[in-house]
Amino acid sequence: MNTVVAKLQRQFQDYLVSLYQQGFLDNQFTELRKLQDEGTPDFVAEVVSLFFDDCSKLINSMSRSLERPENVDFKQVDSGVHQLKGSSSSVGARRVKNVCISFKECCDVQNREGCLRCLQQVDYEYKMLKTKLQDLFNLEQQIVQAGGAIPQVNIN
Amino acid sequence: MAVGEVMRMEVPTGGDLTVSSPDLHVLAVDDSIVDRKVIERLLRISSCKVTTVESGTRALQYLGLDGNTGDSDLKDLKVNLIVTDYSMPGLTGYDLLKKIKESSTFREIPVVIMSSENILTRIEQCLKEGAEDFLLKPVKLADVKRIKQLIMRNEAEDHRTLSHSNKRKLGEDVDTSPSSSHDYSSVKDFPSSKRMKSESDIFSPFI
Repeated sequence: MNTVVAKLQRQFQDYLVSLYQQGFLDNQFTELRKLQDEGTPDFVAEVVSLFFDDCSKLINSMSRSLERPENVDFKQVDSGVHQLKGSSSSVGARRVKNVCISFKECCDVQNREGCLRCLQQVDYEYKMLKTKLQDLFNLEQQIVQAGGAIPQVNIN
Repeated sequence: MAVGEVMRMEVPTGGDLTVSSPDLHVLAVDDSIVDRKVIERLLRISSCKVTTVESGTRALQYLGLDGNTGDSDLKDLKVNLIVTDYSMPGLTGYDLLKKIKESSTFREIPVVIMSSENILTRIEQCLKEGAEDFLLKPVKLADVKRIKQLIMRNEAEDHRTLSHSNKRKLGEDVDTSPSSSHDYSSVKDFPSSKRMKSESDIFSPFI
């Protein structure tokens, strides 16, 4: 039993570290994990869930704004990018945030093609992160079910 | 320490030496649902009571500053601190700050501005209007802890200056008019949160 828990914990730790190393997550995710405890074991999952909902909603509305080449509402797109950048920054979604930086630049110069590319990229990145984090939370759940504690992972 | 002495307002009769500080009630204003969730947790973990609203307009409604009598069923606790995002649609955090400071009822409530953008003129503008502090997003636990300490320290000073009438006037000047007599040329040298720390040191001559 103990070795099952230890193995799962090890798996969890390695997986989490790899997400940081591959640039999916940054220090803000670590900050969020600090706010989670036995009393609030789903805090991080809840926050990122809100974030992913936000992503989906904002991407849809920006997509509509960019749809017709002769009538792009860049102000609306800029507002969407700003919100997306803010929330991705708040959860530590590093890759999503970085795409938003490029996205904003395209918006500033009213480059519709550039915006469309960034939109596609941001969509890809948030969905990728969603999958990765789902795997992470599944590992967490397995650890808890096996009677273990979620390891505090130090990211250097 | 002086702060510890002031905070020991209720000494438990059981002889327990733990100091209990009264909980702050914080009104957090942010249009982002993600940020509201995060700031709420940050504040709760720091032992604050929290009410979150999604706009400056809603915040004014909550406080009863919109011309109506206020949400008396919601407003069961006095607000000790307002933490607000700067960039919000409609009423910005800056607009909200101004309205609060213009109100005779609420101007004493400290207001902290949060922003994802580190724009010096923005920071200066908020401080000039009476903001207690300016936090750069994403907000971390250390930021909230620091703000809480600052607010608790100011509240403790208010309690102390109440009993020393001749010191009271000086205390008020220090606490509520950060813009009037301080030189902001040093602002350029420090990143926002560090500079804030040095300024709060200036504001606490009694400690």
